[in-house]
Amino acid sequence: MAMLKVSDLNVYYGVIQAIKGISFEVNQGEVIALIGANGAGKTTILHTVTGLLRAKSGKIEFEGTDITKMPGHKIVTLGMAHVPEGRRVFADLSVYENLILGAYTRKDKEEISKTLEMVYRRFPRLQERKTQLAGTLSGGEQQMLAMGRALMSHPKIILMDEPSMGLSPIFVNEIFDIIKQVSASGTTVLLVEQNAKKALEIADRAYVLETGKIVKSASADELMNDDSIKKAYLGE
Amino acid sequence: MSLLNSILEQFINGLRTGSIYALIAIGYTMVYGIAKMINFAHGDIIMIGAYSLYVYSAVLKLPVIVAILLTVLTCSVLGIVTEKIAYKPLRNAPPLAVLITAIGMSFLLQNIALLIFKATPIPFASIINVPGIHLGSLYISGTTLVTLGVTTVSMIALTLFVNKTKAGRAMRAVSEDRGAAELMGISVNGTISLTFAIGSGLAAVAGILYISQYETLMPTLGALPGIKAFVAAVLGGIGSIPGAMLGGIILGIIESLSKAYISTQLADAIVYGVLVIVLLVRPSGLLGKMKIEKV
Repeated sequence: MAMLKVSDLNVYYGVIQAIKGISFEVNQGEVIALIGANGAGKTTILHTVTGLLRAKSGKIEFEGTDITKMPGHKIVTLGMAHVPEGRRVFADLSVYENLILGAYTRKDKEEISKTLEMVYRRFPRLQERKTQLAGTLSGGEQQMLAMGRALMSHPKIILMDEPSMGLSPIFVNEIFDIIKQVSASGTTVLLVEQNAKKALEIADRAYVLETGKIVKSASADELMNDDSIKKAYLGE
Repeated sequence: MSLLNSILEQFINGLRTGSIYALIAIGYTMVYGIAKMINFAHGDIIMIGAYSLYVYSAVLKLPVIVAILLTVLTCSVLGIVTEKIAYKPLRNAPPLAVLITAIGMSFLLQNIALLIFKATPIPFASIINVPGIHLGSLYISGTTLVTLGVTTVSMIALTLFVNKTKAGRAMRAVSEDRGAAELMGISVNGTISLTFAIGSGLAAVAGILYISQYETLMPTLGALPGIKAFVAAVLGGIGSIPGAMLGGIILGIIESLSKAYISTQLADAIVYGVLVIVLLVRPSGLLGKMKIEKV
């Protein structure tokens, strides 16, 4: 059974249909990439899955539970974390406070501090800057904070929206290394990226989106060798 | 020497009124920070607080402490209920619709009070029976002492709550980015309710202190302190809690000194004049954050 199953999803912004009957699945332990150009609907899909937007029709199931109409703050408690586009860290709160907010739905203090240590090990820079306001971090550090904050909820699946956006090439590599590590530690990853090349390098499977529809789905290797994909998304 | 004395006395008077404004201003500023709206019915919560205290202590003859607690509870519940029935359905409506609804809510509360208690002012002796103190030739009344004590404690408690507790952290998160807060598992609706409850609870405390000073109940009694406190919140920087405290106290002191040494009639004009000057120099208020609009 798929961990996350989206069936025949339709999402509108007013009268404009952003998502047109999309279906896809994410299995436990996979890294799935959604690739496509700007405006293809990638972010809209993630927002609908995590409850920030409402679908007009269709169904979203997470581990067999129908979450299509569930409020966003309840979906988090099921074990789904979302690293939003543009990072959206709480700029006026300290790095530490941002991380602790990531564990908002968890009760066990001891477990929370264990996860915090794990996050600090993975992102030593966050530990160095824990008392600093998040707004004073560089873009790459904010991306790390957003990822660390999502990991604080101890998620089964983590949804990442354009984690490489606006980062220097060094940081992009670092961020993708971290995504690999997160996946290796057992967390399922659903990744939305414009940097299709990088995304396909770490993904198991991928779905290609064009103007609100899935036009192709295949294993990452297959897509990397697909001529039309090469031409349109990989710049070859 | 007597001039210095009188200045000090006026200063303390201003501090007393100002700290009441500050308590009310905190409600405006917190609601603005979290729900991004100006709750113009906030002043009328003060009035409801004053009448509630009257009902609980003078009509029902409950012990003072019980009456005070029930008054705070009544206002907190009223705050939550007004938000749920009047503002929540307009969460995604244009700001003007919300503003008009808030003004309507203000009239509604005033008219409910008018229906129940009629237009004739009701005299209501202060519940504060604390002796004043003499500091040299300076006399500070019991009401003033209690007002300063209660407002100081309330403001410290609120500051600790907002900065040190989980719920306070959630509030700051919601005020900064509602969507991201939702992704953390924070219930935005729950946080907004809590904000209205706290703001209205503080307004109840302000109402109790205010009525202890003026000792007359009228359905419109909340309007003036309400609008002054709104000015204080803007002066301090709307959205900033320390700003609301500072704005309220500055406004109270300016008002009191103007009344004593310049002109009673002009005092309000001077207060608003100061607001205009501050906003010209610092459009976001004294402690408000300058927002750089990104294009």
